[in-house]
Amino acid sequence: MTPAAVAPLGRMLLVQTMAHLRIRWRIPAFSVTITALPILFFSFFGLPFASYTFPDGRSVGAHLIASFGAYGVGSVMVYAFGIGVANERATKMDLQMRVTPLPPLVDLFAKMLTALVFGLASLLALIAFGVTVGGVHQPVSVWATIVLRLLAGSVPFIGLGFTIGYVFGPNTAPAMANLVYLPLSFASGLFMPVDDLPRFVRLLSPYLPNYHYAQLAWSAVGARTESVGVSLLWLAAYTALFLTLALIAYRREERRNFE
Amino acid sequence: MAGDPENSSSVPGVPGRWRTSGGMGGPSRPPIPSVVEMIAARKRFGDVEALKGVDLTIRAGEVVAMLGPNGAGKTTSISLMLGVRKPTSGEVRLFGLDPNDRRARSRCGVMLQEAGVPSVLTVRELVDLFRAYYPAPIPARDAIAIAGLEEKANSTAGTLSGGERKRLYFALAICGDPEALFLDEPSVGLDVEARRAMLATVRALAARGKTILLTTHYLEEADQLAERIVVIDRGVVIADTTPRDIKASVPSKRISFTAEPPLAEAIFKDLPVTVLEISSRRVRLLSNEPERVLQTLFERGLTMRDLEVSGADLEEAFVSLTSGRESRR
Repeated sequence: MTPAAVAPLGRMLLVQTMAHLRIRWRIPAFSVTITALPILFFSFFGLPFASYTFPDGRSVGAHLIASFGAYGVGSVMVYAFGIGVANERATKMDLQMRVTPLPPLVDLFAKMLTALVFGLASLLALIAFGVTVGGVHQPVSVWATIVLRLLAGSVPFIGLGFTIGYVFGPNTAPAMANLVYLPLSFASGLFMPVDDLPRFVRLLSPYLPNYHYAQLAWSAVGARTESVGVSLLWLAAYTALFLTLALIAYRREERRNFE
Repeated sequence: MAGDPENSSSVPGVPGRWRTSGGMGGPSRPPIPSVVEMIAARKRFGDVEALKGVDLTIRAGEVVAMLGPNGAGKTTSISLMLGVRKPTSGEVRLFGLDPNDRRARSRCGVMLQEAGVPSVLTVRELVDLFRAYYPAPIPARDAIAIAGLEEKANSTAGTLSGGERKRLYFALAICGDPEALFLDEPSVGLDVEARRAMLATVRALAARGKTILLTTHYLEEADQLAERIVVIDRGVVIADTTPRDIKASVPSKRISFTAEPPLAEAIFKDLPVTVLEISSRRVRLLSNEPERVLQTLFERGLTMRDLEVSGADLEEAFVSLTSGRESRR
């Protein structure tokens, strides 16, 4: 009877992504924090040493931009998904979406695209700050490598975000995201070198997701690290772990509300 | 055609046998496609059986009101029809498909009681977002105008009043130009004016051939809108017939007054009265023939003060309808 029985998925994805971008952008607690915090941390921990070099000649500033970049993109994923999902559940937005013809996968992709855009924005802002204020200079190819690797490697943190979003409510989720993500970042040497951390933390860090995530960026600025392949393996394993947890939490929620 | 009276073979007082949906359309008429089909649908939540085997067919073009007290199973029924929840047993089809099929969903507009939208998006943005979900939406301007939200088009959802929010959900339900509309308690929370506008809009949509299922606990509203009323109580469809038949069996008016002097229950003995309450001098009763009751009471020389006659609260009326159910079987 009607020429098209369903709406085109491509356009749906575009419009849904625009909506998610607007939602995130208009919640300053998210948009400002996400872009400002890495810059703020870099100012406190990084600026004083930005012009220093390591004994092997590498720029300390570039290393720290890589560290706080990793911190920033990971946090975008954990917060966007964690707090976003917790909010959707609390306001019953999930129920509203469920009775529309919007396929859940389209919504998921739209959320991922949104998080990637914010991750990219937070990285570009940090790099621009580092270059202009910190006077840290690297070839464009190095910055591009950092951006690409950090965006591509951020998947486990989406899983972590989902888990938090499905387990906790909108009031607890931000706190839990901080409680989980900040210690992970500290213990992985994102704020100070792993060698300066307490001994028991130093033993722990090689097993943490953020540690391997940051290696992707550190190796781009010339640090002697594990190979990219090893980092990716670790991240793949963490992706599997977090997505499994997220799936368990999601199924539990699903059984409660939609069965 | 839908809910046509000659087919209903209604036997007032024998709820559960007044089904009209099954036998519609003689052999000469082409079958009207069904929009919703529930076949022996049961839904259990833990120990609670919310639906105890519901059979219900809604055909294209019908305007059906689902009526029942809170907790009767109205929202659960809608949830099953839309695939939000799965039946514990039995079958539910939407446009002949699995309710979760995108092709079925694309033909439905839905307004749920407790659903939410992102509070930071504006009315126009939300309408545009929802339009993208449907294959042939109406212009956003039209959807906003039909819902009476022109002045709020650029306001974010979070700043809307309760009534405006309700109208926003209505705009979201109709913006895809769906063939079928599912409206869960569409008028709850609306002021008199907005409610009248909402009912008029629903009626206009029905006139354009939309299939409409709405839930309500106002008999009056069901009567104004629907040509078929499905009464549901404690998870069971206890009546499925025309508004006229329902009204005849449900005490539709509430009478209350203060009696001078205090009176005995015996005076009501031969009157069409249900749910009689006498507390000191205040008398409360339900009846579907209030004129006859009052006239007889006056004839019997009763003096009354503070007389009030009002539409019966359906919750109240149902007490009488449903408490007598077992004995009527």
